[in-house]
Order: sequence, then C-alpha cells, then structure tokens
Amino acid sequence: MTHTVNDPVLTVEHLNMRFGGLLAVDDLSFDVDRRDITALIGPNGAGKTTVFNCITGFYKPTEGRITARHEDVASFLLERMDDFKIPKIAKVARTFQNIRLFGGMTVLENLMVGQHNPLMIASNYTFGGIFGLSGYKRAEKEAVELAKYWMEQTGLTARADDAAGDLPYGDQRKLEIARAMCTKPKLLCLDEPAAGLNPRESEELNKLLLFIRKERDTGVLLIEHDMNVVMGISDHIIVLDYGKKIADGTPEEIRNDPSVIAAYLGVADEEVEEVEHEIEEGASS
Amino acid sequence: MITVDLGYERTVLYFGGFVSGGSLMEYFLQQLINGITLGSIYGLIAIGYTMVYGIIGMINFAHGDIFMVSSFIALIVITALGLTVSTGLGLTILALILVLVTSMVIASVFGWTTERLAYRPLRGSFRLAPLITAIGISIVLQNYIQITQGARVKPLQPLIENGYTLMTRADGFTVQLSNMQILIITVTIILMTIFSLIIAKTSLGRAQRACEQDRKMASLLGINVDRTISMTFVMGAALAAVAGLMFLLYYGVIDFFIGFVAGVKAFTAAVLGGIGSLPGAMLGGLVIGLIETFWSAYFSIEYKDVAAFSMLAIVLIFLPQGLLGKPEVEKV
Amino acid sequence: MTDTANGAPRPGRHLDFGKVAKDLVVTALIATAIFGSTIAFRTVSAAGGLRLEVRYDIAFYVIAAVIVGRLLLWLFFWSKPAGTSAVEVPAGIKSGMAKVSAKVGKGFGPTMLIFALVFPFLPFTDRYLLDLSILILTYVMLGWGLNIVVGLAGLLDLGYVAFYAIGAYSYALLAQYFGFSFWMCLPLAGILAAFWGIILGFPVLRLRGDYLAIVTLAFGEIIRIVLLNWYQFTGGPDGLSGIPRPSFFGLPFTRREGGFSDFFGLDYSSFHRIVFMYFLILALALLTNFVTNRLRRLPIGRAWEALREDEIACRSLGLNTASVKLTAFAIGGMFAGFAGSFFATRQGFISPESFTFIESALILAIVVLGGMGSQVGVVIASIAMIGGFEIFREAEQFRMLIFGLAMVVIMIWRPRGLISTRIPSIFLREKKAVSADMVAQGEGH
Repeated sequence: MTHTVNDPVLTVEHLNMRFGGLLAVDDLSFDVDRRDITALIGPNGAGKTTVFNCITGFYKPTEGRITARHEDVASFLLERMDDFKIPKIAKVARTFQNIRLFGGMTVLENLMVGQHNPLMIASNYTFGGIFGLSGYKRAEKEAVELAKYWMEQTGLTARADDAAGDLPYGDQRKLEIARAMCTKPKLLCLDEPAAGLNPRESEELNKLLLFIRKERDTGVLLIEHDMNVVMGISDHIIVLDYGKKIADGTPEEIRNDPSVIAAYLGVADEEVEEVEHEIEEGASS
Repeated sequence: MITVDLGYERTVLYFGGFVSGGSLMEYFLQQLINGITLGSIYGLIAIGYTMVYGIIGMINFAHGDIFMVSSFIALIVITALGLTVSTGLGLTILALILVLVTSMVIASVFGWTTERLAYRPLRGSFRLAPLITAIGISIVLQNYIQITQGARVKPLQPLIENGYTLMTRADGFTVQLSNMQILIITVTIILMTIFSLIIAKTSLGRAQRACEQDRKMASLLGINVDRTISMTFVMGAALAAVAGLMFLLYYGVIDFFIGFVAGVKAFTAAVLGGIGSLPGAMLGGLVIGLIETFWSAYFSIEYKDVAAFSMLAIVLIFLPQGLLGKPEVEKV
Repeated sequence: MTDTANGAPRPGRHLDFGKVAKDLVVTALIATAIFGSTIAFRTVSAAGGLRLEVRYDIAFYVIAAVIVGRLLLWLFFWSKPAGTSAVEVPAGIKSGMAKVSAKVGKGFGPTMLIFALVFPFLPFTDRYLLDLSILILTYVMLGWGLNIVVGLAGLLDLGYVAFYAIGAYSYALLAQYFGFSFWMCLPLAGILAAFWGIILGFPVLRLRGDYLAIVTLAFGEIIRIVLLNWYQFTGGPDGLSGIPRPSFFGLPFTRREGGFSDFFGLDYSSFHRIVFMYFLILALALLTNFVTNRLRRLPIGRAWEALREDEIACRSLGLNTASVKLTAFAIGGMFAGFAGSFFATRQGFISPESFTFIESALILAIVVLGGMGSQVGVVIASIAMIGGFEIFREAEQFRMLIFGLAMVVIMIWRPRGLISTRIPSIFLREKKAVSADMVAQGEGH
C-alpha cells in the first residue's frame, strides 16, 4: 500500500532525531511528490513538527538524509545546510504552528521581507539602493507586484497597510502562507494551517492550497489535525506514531487502514467510531 | 595598594586580593585561599541576581548597588558601636552579628522599595523599561550615597587580625589563612545552607519555584505572586548585605562605586553557574573569584577586569546554560 | 469592586482612613529605615579612625517629606474608587491623542530642521546656548545611531559608547601619529568603528535579550579598560591632548592670514569656529538621519525590523540573521565613530573618563525614552535629557541623582517612550501608523 511518487521534490531517508533519551523521530523515510499535496498526520506528540524542523533546518537530525530536488535536477542535502539557506537556496519554505508574523509591520512589509534575498541583490547589497539606482527601484516595483498578487490570492488586499498583528486569526494564517509563497518556494511546508480556523476559513484554505499546487508548481507538505482538510485535499498521506511511520498511501488507503485507526486514535472504541464518522464526513465534503 | 584615583578604577584595584612575592606551590596555595575568599563574596551577590533573573527574567541592575549601600550601613553601625581591633574576640563576634543583622534588615528594605517603586509598576510591560529603571535606580543609589556619605574612600581599621600560618618556605614566604578569611568562608557556607533550605523546604521557596516555572499558573493556584517576587528581592538584598559586610571587613575600604564592578562580576558568576541555580551562583562566584585572583597574581592586575568580563562573554557564547543550568532547546 | 466590574467607574472619593493610616505608618517605617540610616549618620575620617556625624534634622525633614508626599498622593490621586487605575485614560481620548501626536509629528520634523538651521543667527543665541546645542546634537546623532541597533534591529546594546570612544581615539591617534586632517580621519574613524562593530558583533550573534545587553556592556568596559591601561599608545588616564581642530575646507579658524575670517574678509571672532562646529555636527546628525531613513526603505532596513519582530520567522524566509545583525552593529557603530571623531576635534582633549558606562546608559535612555525606532522621539528626548541636565547645573551635587530619578519616573510614566507609534516603510494606499502594542520589543522576549 504505497502511493507512488514519480517526481519527488523532497526525499527523507532514515531520519532519526534524538533529544537526550527520547527518540522523537525513528528511522523515518518518505517522499513528497512535486505535484502532490502531502499530509503528515499522527496523534499529538508523534513527532510531526520535529520532522518539519529537521526538514527546514531548525534542528539538525541525529541521523538520516533529507534531499530537496528541483526540476532542473539540482538537488540539495538539507541536513547539511544552514537553516536560512534552506528557503534561500533549496527553496523550501515553511509556516509555523504558532503563527510567526512580523506583527508590528504591515501586511505589505511582511510580504516584502519574504522577498529579501532577490531585493538584496537588486539593491547591490544596499550600496546601490542607498543612492537610489534605478535597478533597485524596478526590482522593488516588481516585488510589490508579487506581494499584490499574493494579497489578492489570499484576500488581504484591503488590509495591505494594516499591521499584521492587527489582523484576525484566519487572515494571519493566510498572510503567513502568502509570505512563504513570496520566497517562490518549490516546496511549501505548512504546520497545522487550519488550526483555529472556522469552517468557512478552512474551506478557503483548501482552495488556496489547491491553487498553490496547481498554478504555482509548488509541492505542499502539511501537518494537519483537521480531517476535513486532510481528506479533502491531500493526494498522499503519511501517518506517524511515536516517531515511526505506520502508514503511507492515498487518502482512500489510509481511511481503510485499521492499524492507522487503532494506533492513531488510541484504544477507546467509541472514539474510533466517532473519528471514523468524522473521516467519512471529511471524504464526502 | 591605593595607587591611582580615577573614578571607580580606584576600587577595582582592591579586588585582587593580597598579592605578595613568591612562586610555585606555596604562592599558588596562597592565591587559592585568596580566590576562594573573594569568590565567596561574589557568590553571595550572585545569588541575588540568579534568584531575581530566575523569577522575573530581568537583570536587576541595581543589585550591585544594594551591596554597596549595605556595606556603608555596616560601616555606620560598626562606627556607632565603636568596634576596634582591641575589642575582645568574643565581643567582636557578637557585635558583628548585630552589624550583620542590622545591615541585612536595612538592605532588605532598600531591595523591597526598589522593587516596589521601580519594577512592579512595569511588570508585564515593555521588556526594556525595567532595565532602564534598574539603571536609573543604580544611578540614584550611587549618587545618593555619594551625597549622604561623601565621595571619598572610607577606610576601616582591621577588626579581626591574625590567622594561621599553613606553610613556610625556605625563603620565608608563608602561606596564611587569616581569621578573616575563615570567618568569610564559614559565614558564606552557613548562609548558603540556610537559604538553600528556605528555597527547598518552606512554602515561600515553593512559591518562588512555582513562579519561576509559570507565573500565571502560580497566581491561579492562589500564590501571591507580587509578594513572592518582593520576598525574592528581600532575600537577594539580605545576602548582598552579608557580602557587603564581608567585603568591608576583608578589604577595609569602600566607596560609592564598588557596586558597579562587583555587580557585573557577580552577574557573570550567576550566568557562569547557570542562571536560576543557587548552587550554580555559588560555584560561579568561586570560579570568577579564582580567575580574577590568579589573573592578578600571575599576569597583570590592570587587566583583571578584562579577564572577568571576557570570561562573561566566553561563557555566554559557549556555555549559555552555565555550569549547573539546564540547556534550553529553541522552541520553533 | 462591583461597580467597576460593570464598567462604570464612579467618580467620587472613597478614602478608607484605616487603610491610609496603615499605609502611612508603613511608609514612615520604610523611610526611616532608608533615610534614617544613611542620612542621619555619616562616617567621617577622624584621628585614629572613623567618627560618626549625626544629622537627625535633615533625616527628619526628608522622612516627613516622604510621608506628606504619600498622604498627598492618597488625597489627590488614589482617592478614586478601588479597582480603577489612577491614571486611566479613556480609549477615545487615547486614540485622539495618538492622532494629534501623529499630526504634530508630521510638522515637527521640518519645523525643527528650519529652527536648527537658523538657530546660530538668532539674536538671543549666545556662546553658551550654542555650546549646549552642539552637545545636544551630539547626543541626537548618537541616539539616532543607537536607534539602528536597538530601535530597528531590536538588539539591546549597553556598550555603545565603546564605538564613540573608538571614533574619538581613532581621530586623535591618526592625527597624532600620521598628521591626518579631520576630514581624512572622519571616514576612517567611521570605518574603524564599523569594523569593531563587526568584531564585537560576531561573538554575540547567538545571544538574546538581557544576555546580549550584559555582554555588550562588558565589551564597552573592556575597551575602556584597555584605553586606560595602554599607557604608551593611548596615554592611559591622562588621555590625549592637542587634538587638531578642523578647518573650513582647508581654511583654519585662526587670527592669522589665510584663516577663515581673513579669507572671507570678516573680523576674527572665536564665535566663527563654534558656529562652524554647530553646523558640522548638525550636518553629521542629518546625515545619520537621512541614511537611516533611506536604509529603512531598503531590504536591509526591513530585515532589521523583521529581526526585531521575530528572528525565527526571518530565518524561515531565508534571511541570514547573522549578517543582518552584523550590519546593524556595523552601521550603528559607524555613526558613533563619526560622532566620536567630532567629539575629539571639538574638545581637543579626550580621556577614557568620557566613555564610561553612564554615557551608554544615557544614550540608551534617550532612545528608549524617545520611543524605540522613532527619529523625532530621539530629538525630543535629547533636548529633554541634556537640556534638563543643564538646568540642574546649579545643583551640581544632585544632578545625577535627579537624572537617575527622572529616568525611573519617565519610564514608569511612558514605558514605550514618548513617540511610540511606528511609521511603515512602504505602503500601498495609505500610510497608517502602527500602534506600539503591535511592535515587538526585540530579541529574547
């Protein structure tokens, strides 16, 4: 029961992450396809966020290899890169479980910071920009255009000049995704993007993610608890429990996998039924 | 030992302990004794930093100055009692206990008032604000003492003399353990034990540890957070007062600027030991005291503060959790 | 308590006399402990040791003043119903005040600039006022420089004066050993200070918040101690004297032929040089302001502010936070270097005593009091601090005491500074000021 990955944008091989005596991730291997929305699910404490932190360089894995591949066959060993080089060079962007926006800066400014690296080059590492050279002005204009594009896609245009910290929760989640997209990533990693969203916002999020996959040639890897999102939009699901992979397949396969339901949901029977019901609902919507 | 008179550079010079000629084993041993004595004083001040930082996460910049104020109070009480070296040993010790208690009480009032006036109104506010008020209080205390007690160095004749000669070398160099040093080390050990017991066993200590973990939760569980924080300042100030008296007795000279340098070094000690850890503060104090003494003894006395400050930078960069602190995992 | 819970604080006086009396007794006890110990008794040197001087009267007056002050506070400030803060301002007035201050802020900058330009030629301007203005402008420039590090990048630097010292000594030493002129040394001093900013920045890259503050303080002290003890090179505590004065594009301010007054056919006056100094520091300060404003609109400036807001998010967007921090230290240091060489040329004499921790604290206080990141705030704070300091010149002894007290009172009154709103660096339709509650405080909170 494996979902076939033809064109992996990310390959994780034998990933181990140890914190003192705790093995948070245990010999984990999986692939993420360039054209898929891949979901990483599992009960609380299964090590999902740790996997994310390893991929995006915030933790250095104890063992294992994480490879990012671009279409032009360039590949990057992420576990060897500095964290800031992963979005900059390997083009893997991420969002955070507890939203990390630049709260005192406006929506537009947040999106401009997302384009820091190309703008830095355009400003000749500040030396050209400070004298107002035209090359920088043009680059800045383009950057504003890209920011406007993503504000439109996320419905934030009207709030462009408001402080990010002033936005309602759902808009903050969207802004964080828009900001990550401004780095023009090949792979977007989302840590619980639907957490705290109401059903309508969650629906909008689904649309946004599908749009990103289809129109922007960006693979999406997400951690999510909301079955509505997971079953509704993902093409490929990986299930973690206690740092181990216990299942890997299409939503259909996962839904019918008894070991997933047992391990993922614990032992209480009534709970299993409850969630089976929830999964069903998620699939039908 | 008083050579130049340049603001606080003057006081800095006393910090080196008694450097005498000599070399090799005996000389080393003598420096070790001096270093432990100095380290005890730093350790006592460091506890105040470590407790306050542990509980409200701020550097109480004025803590060094509380130490300074307390040494002035001790000097006033000693003068008022008319203590001299000719007072009998038993009477001297009794009188010193009185001096210690008085200066601990008054220093505690200073510590409590500082917290109440300058830090409590800013609790939960902009993080830089209490740091600025702490610097302000530090300036206020220094200048207050300068105005009320005078800018001149205050000398005190030694009250406790003599000691034990541990070793005598062929060339006449002796390794001395003075009664004063014995007193300082003993008092430090006793007070450290008492305060460790307070933290470990009493309800106040429990409340303090609870506030360190999670202040909001502690207050939900019925702990009076404001009172606990106040008591932390009081305890820190009381220990600083012990250090103030020891410093006065050991070096015999104080002025209004001794708090700044001693404060920075004691903070270094607190960080070195692992901030929030009481035994760590004591250990850090000893290490800083030893480094400083050995640096002055073997290298140069002028640059011994550079040694202590560099130590601070090195520790923070390579061992930010300190010797006995818990490592912090970056939360993403 | 119940009436306030309903959201309708009732004006009126609720004075619980028992409570007040208890409070006053406590106040009296505390004041007695504090002032009764240190004012009432003073040790003075006497033959054969120390002697105690007793001044019960002064102590009594001070204690009485504290108690009366506390009573007045009870009567006039804390007599509102329990549960309401004494200084609570309704939200409507608050937002109105913000609007007014934003408007004032807009016109304030240009008005100040014009005033600064014509100031030396105003009839009431005398030498004393001009000297004072030069001093204030030096602090404005230092405040603007430190604002880059603390206000924009959110890196708490307590050793900023080190870069000021490096600038001053760079000029003095280069002039002494190589005979370089002021105009050659000025950029060199800036570059050297920036270079030191990077050197000192490297080790502290991983430190946060208060730890960063204490290490920068240590660095500031290390540099001062080295200046103090490196006798052969820096003159140690004696400092360096005979530092050459700057010339007006090659024209020295001397009575001799070929000097400034001779060239322009003016009568020689020592005032010329001071006016020139005034414009020199004004130009340097404006340069600092201009460059900072420009940088804020460039990616580097936005990266600084983003760093202040959230370092982890910065790294997740591909910002090399190490170089972002180092540029902030370097550019902040550079401006302090410029200011330092100006200081050296103005004084003609420098010694380590001018570069103590108090200077760093003063500059930081100016930045924080002004409102972190606010350029206008720094100007107001500098005028208030340095000008206020000047007013108390008479009370020589009490000056620093009052200064320290003012720092405490002002911070409690306005923890976020005088001008606490942030102006966005770029906007699509409308430039809206961001309220201080949104703006992060910098590293390590």
